Amino acid sequence: MKKMPDKKGHFGPYGGRYVPETLMPALLELEKSYSRLRKDPKFKAEMNRLMSQYVGRPTPLYFASRLSETLGGAKIYFKREDLCHTGAHKINNALTQAVMAKRMGKKRLIAETGAGQHGVATATGAAMMGLACDIYMGTEDIRRQELNVFRMKLLGAKVVPVDIGSRTLKDAINEALRDWTTNVGDTHYVLGTAFGPHPYPVMVRNFQSVIGREAKRQILKQEGRLPDCLIACVGGGSNSIGLFYPFLKDESVRMIGVEAGGTGIKSGQHAARFAGGSLGVLQGAKSYLLQNEDGNVLNTHSVSAGLDYASIGPEHAWLRDNKRVEYTYALDDEALEAFKTLSSIEGIIPALESSHAVAEVIKLAPAMKKKQVVIVNLSGRGDKDVQQVAEIFKNSEL
Amino acid sequence: MGRIETRFKELKEKGEKALIAYIMAGDPSLSATSRLVLDLEEAGADIVELGVPFSDPVADGPTIQRAAGRAIGKGANLRKIISLVQKLRKKTSIPIILMTYYNPVLHYGEQQFINDAVSAGVDGIIIPDLIPDEGEYLIHLCRGNGLDTVFLLAPTSTPERVEIVSRSCTGFLYYVSITGITGAKLMLARGIKKRIKEISKISGMPVAVGFGVSTPEEAADIAAVSDGVIVGSAIVKRIEEGKDIRPFVASLKKPLKKNIKKPLKNALRGKEKNR
Repeated sequence: MKKMPDKKGHFGPYGGRYVPETLMPALLELEKSYSRLRKDPKFKAEMNRLMSQYVGRPTPLYFASRLSETLGGAKIYFKREDLCHTGAHKINNALTQAVMAKRMGKKRLIAETGAGQHGVATATGAAMMGLACDIYMGTEDIRRQELNVFRMKLLGAKVVPVDIGSRTLKDAINEALRDWTTNVGDTHYVLGTAFGPHPYPVMVRNFQSVIGREAKRQILKQEGRLPDCLIACVGGGSNSIGLFYPFLKDESVRMIGVEAGGTGIKSGQHAARFAGGSLGVLQGAKSYLLQNEDGNVLNTHSVSAGLDYASIGPEHAWLRDNKRVEYTYALDDEALEAFKTLSSIEGIIPALESSHAVAEVIKLAPAMKKKQVVIVNLSGRGDKDVQQVAEIFKNSEL
Repeated sequence: MGRIETRFKELKEKGEKALIAYIMAGDPSLSATSRLVLDLEEAGADIVELGVPFSDPVADGPTIQRAAGRAIGKGANLRKIISLVQKLRKKTSIPIILMTYYNPVLHYGEQQFINDAVSAGVDGIIIPDLIPDEGEYLIHLCRGNGLDTVFLLAPTSTPERVEIVSRSCTGFLYYVSITGITGAKLMLARGIKKRIKEISKISGMPVAVGFGVSTPEEAADIAAVSDGVIVGSAIVKRIEEGKDIRPFVASLKKPLKKNIKKPLKNALRGKEKNR
C-alpha cells in the first residue's frame, strides 16, 4: 500500500481540506507546528511524562476469562482505555492538542462533543494548561449526557448549547468551525476525532496510535504472538484507527470496525456510513457520507451519542476500499445487550460506544477457535450512560 | 469576455462600484426567487449571487442558515435552481453567480453541473468550502466552459495564499471583510485599503468585499477602497421579514454611483476585531 496520506492529506480519493479560506492559514500553521513538535525532544518528554503520570498509561490489556469462557470460542482481551483519566481514550488526543496549543501561543480552546467524553477531555486539558475553553454540544446530546455536561462545567469550561439541525455532534462541529473561523487568531480547535480537514485526521490518528502500540507490545508479552483479530467501534474513527494503525502491516491480523446500526439500516435510523453512505464532503473532509439525493446530510441515529455522526474518518474510507479493514455495524439493541453482558460477566461497565465493539465480539468469538486471540478496544467507561440506560430499561428486568 | 468581467468594465468606465446582492434561492419559494432577482436588478444591483441551500453551511451565520432551512423545506435544490436561472434568462441578462457548498455539486456530478449551469446561463460559481487546492478538476471544467470561478480571500490570508487563490480566480476576487461568518458585525481592519490594493495588484482583477455589510454607510466605506460591495444577510433578513427589498437595495447602490474618495469613517473602528 502507498504511504498515506499525501502532502495535502489525501488518503486516495478521501480526506483533503474542504474549509473556508479564512481557516487555511490556521491549518497550515497547525501542520507546521505539529511537524516541528513531533520531532521536539522536550515536547516528547513532556507528553511521555503526562501520559504516564496524568493519563495513567500504559492502560492494561485485560484477559476477559469469564466472557471468553461464556462465549466458548476465542480468547478475548480488552484494551482498557476506559481506565484512562477522564474515562476514555479521548484524553490521549485532547491533552496532546492542549499542550500543543499552549506552545503555539493560543489562549483559548474550543471543541465539539457528542457523548461528552471529548468535551470533558478537552476541558481537562484546558484546565491543566490554564487555557480558556468553550465546548459546543447539541441540545439533544446535553439531554442524553447530563453528567458530562456538569463535569465540563466543573472543569471550568463553558458548554455552549447548539440548538440547530439535529442538535447532535454534526451541528456542534458546524458551530465550532464557525467559532474557529471567527476567533482563529487566539483560538485552537481541538477536533476530537480522526476526521475534519488535514492535518487533523493524521494528527489525531498519531496521537491515538499509542493504543495500538501498547496493545501490540502487551499481547506479544502476554500471548507470545500477534492477535488474530482486532475490534473497535467507529464513530469518527479515532479509537479504532488508534488501535488498528500499528497493526496495519501485520497481514495476519484481521480488523473489524463497528458502526452504529441504530434501529436498522432499512429504518434509516442509523449511523452506518459504509452500509448506507456514498462519496461526499462534510466539515472539511471527503469520505463516505449519509446524504439525500440533493447532497444534503441526513440525520443519523444511535443510542450512543459518540457514534451518531453522518460521516467517517477518511483513512477508514481508504482502508475499507482497500479491504484492509472490514466494517460492520451493531444495532442499538445489540449494543445495549452487550452493555449488560459485560457489566454482569466481567464487572466492567462499558460506554455505549464501546458496547458496539463488545456486541461484535459476542457475535464473532463463539465461531472462533479456542487458541485464537481477539483484542477489543474498550474505548470508554459507561458511567456517563448509566442514567440513559436505566431509563431505557426502566420497565424491564435487568 | 463573460458577463461578470463586462459588468465590472462598464462600471469602471462610469466611475461606479459594483453592488453584488445575495439571496437564497428557494426562500421563501422558487417562484418568489425569480421575482426577487428582477427586483434586485430593478433596484440597482449589478450582479446577483443565488445561494443554493445546504444542510450544513459552515461559513454562514444564523440569518442565512435559517434561509437555507426554509429553502430546503420548500424543496429547493441545485437542479431546480439551475432551471430557475434558465427561465430567468428570458427576462434578464444580469450576471448570475451560484453560491453553493461543495457537497451538493459533488453529489450532482461536477461535469454534469458545469454543463447544466452553463447551458442555463449561469455566469460563475462561488463555493466557500472549496479552496483552489482541492478544486483543480472543477476549475479545469469551468475554464473550458467559460464559467467564472470566484474564490475568497480573508484577512488571515498570507501572501502565498493570495498568490494561489489569485491564480485560480476569474471574474472578481471575493475579499472577506472579517475573520468570521456571514452576517457578523462589520469591523474593518485599519490596513484594509492597502491590503485590497495589494490583492488587486497581485491578481489583476476586481476585488469585491463582503461578509457583514449591512448599511448604505458601510457599503459606501467599502466602495471607497474596493471595486464592489457584496451584501447578503441584510437583504435575506428583509426577505425573511416579508419586506419589499427594493428600497433597501436602491439605498445600497446609491453611494456606489459616484466614485467616493473620502476616507473610511463608518466601519473603521481603528482596531482589528478579536472576538
